[in-house]
Amino acid sequence: MLEVKGICKTFFPGTVNEKTALQSVDLTLRDGDFVTVIGGNGAGKSTLLNVVAGTLTADSGSVILDGRDITRLPEHRRAPYLGRVFQDPMMGTAPNMMIEENLALAARRGRRRTLRWGISRAERELYRQLLRQLDLGLEDRLTARAGLLSGGQRQALTLLMASMQQPKLLLLDEHTAALDPRTAAKVLELSDRIVSEHQLTTMMVTHNMKDAIAHGNRLIMMHDGRVVLDISGEEKSRLTVPDLLTLFNRVSGSEESSDKLLLS
Amino acid sequence: MSFFASLLNAAPGAVAQGLIWGLMAIGVYITFRVLDVADLTVDGSIAAGGAVCVMLIRAGWDPWLAMACAFLTGLLAGCVTGLLIGFCGIPAILAGILTQLALYSVNLRILGGKANQAVGVDKYPLAVSQRFVRDAGLHNPLLLLMLAALVLILLLYWFFGTERGCAIRATGANGHMARAQGIDTRRCTIIGLMLSNGLVALSGAFLAQYQGSADVNMGRGAIVIGLAAVIIGEVLLGKLFRNFALKLAAVVVGSILYYIVLQIVLQLGLNTNDLKLLSAAIVALFLALPHWQSHIVGKNGKEARRRA
Repeated sequence: MLEVKGICKTFFPGTVNEKTALQSVDLTLRDGDFVTVIGGNGAGKSTLLNVVAGTLTADSGSVILDGRDITRLPEHRRAPYLGRVFQDPMMGTAPNMMIEENLALAARRGRRRTLRWGISRAERELYRQLLRQLDLGLEDRLTARAGLLSGGQRQALTLLMASMQQPKLLLLDEHTAALDPRTAAKVLELSDRIVSEHQLTTMMVTHNMKDAIAHGNRLIMMHDGRVVLDISGEEKSRLTVPDLLTLFNRVSGSEESSDKLLLS
Repeated sequence: MSFFASLLNAAPGAVAQGLIWGLMAIGVYITFRVLDVADLTVDGSIAAGGAVCVMLIRAGWDPWLAMACAFLTGLLAGCVTGLLIGFCGIPAILAGILTQLALYSVNLRILGGKANQAVGVDKYPLAVSQRFVRDAGLHNPLLLLMLAALVLILLLYWFFGTERGCAIRATGANGHMARAQGIDTRRCTIIGLMLSNGLVALSGAFLAQYQGSADVNMGRGAIVIGLAAVIIGEVLLGKLFRNFALKLAAVVVGSILYYIVLQIVLQLGLNTNDLKLLSAAIVALFLALPHWQSHIVGKNGKEARRRA
């Protein structure tokens, strides 16, 4: 499904701020994989996701999605294959456009945008049903501006938008980090539901080790721009947070970095 | 009494000017509010529109055809700015200034090397003229200008409601989100800038006919007048008008009010030379208000700034 091969990315090369974010990362996702990605600050998790999404261009290496090399494809041209939810709840929706307009924009991802009216009546009914499934009362607020929604509501809406048009890959970039614990749990539950419902291949970056263990069928840990752990199946289902910390200390070789993982 | 009499006498002219600049202000609204780009190209494109229109009419063209060409000229000017932003990575403000400056030379060429070219209503069949602004009858420019404003607002309402128009609005509202939804934000910015400058040039074409001449300096400070109209419209009617078409109408109303107020302060004895200072001060004040509010009122102000 997704093949990431030898991706390197260095920010500000040749300056005092030079920062190597990814050092030859290789990663292959199988169809239907739900991979959680953990690691401390600066481990390269988000950079990896952004390289896959096209927000950043890799210095070298290639990104192959469903057999197609998308390494050089600009962000908007690979968007048809990708569903994305960001860390910042403000980033996933257009605040001064209505909820239904946001959904209609997402429903046209990957299609030519014509001079037909931006939203049809049939669509509206569909959106109402989709929103009802979120159970957030949004089905009666189709014409409310997305900017009026709470952070959790916005992330739920963004999830809905991301899963429209059946993306080949869903990218969740710490999408619950900015939410309070209860809302975060609800959004995570919704993510699980949407992923299994549409059988989406998913990458979810998180800072929360418990979440990383509880969700998905595979877990990878990044450190200093490398994938240092890759656990899946049976082994993952038996994983606990202390296990993960011990493993992390072994691979990274220091106690101090496990603090970094916990505290970040 | 004579104050009011002369004010009343000048009112139709002020309304006509307001309508013409209202079309221009709608162009500014498209960039400033819809695309969230401050586009300074307009100072040049309004003069370009006027120049093209006047020269073509002088060459014997039908005024409507001449205005269509003025519109196309504006599209071109907007396209240049859009390309400078999208493909050269130049910040929007600077890109607009560059095109505006370049247009000064271009406009002089269009005007045949002269700073000013007249197009008299006696010699040429003009679509609108200042001379008939107090007349009763179909040749009164007010009628045509109002119709033009109405048609353009409806056309824009339609366009920004289409799939393509929605993509442009999304580009201005949240570029990240737009790209994540597969929207080519670079292209949308270019289309928006073209449309905006096309309208501005069209307004320049109306203005040149209305005052009977095109001047290479006729666009100086146009962006400030456009912004003033946008802001006045929003301050007065923003709470009432939520619909996109009504928001555009509010811009035209803002422009008309601007010219009426201008007329009043002029009659009160303000020196014409000080006009631009006054306009700039008013616009600066209204742009600053939301910022100050957010510092004084805290959270509520933030909400206000988001809405603004």
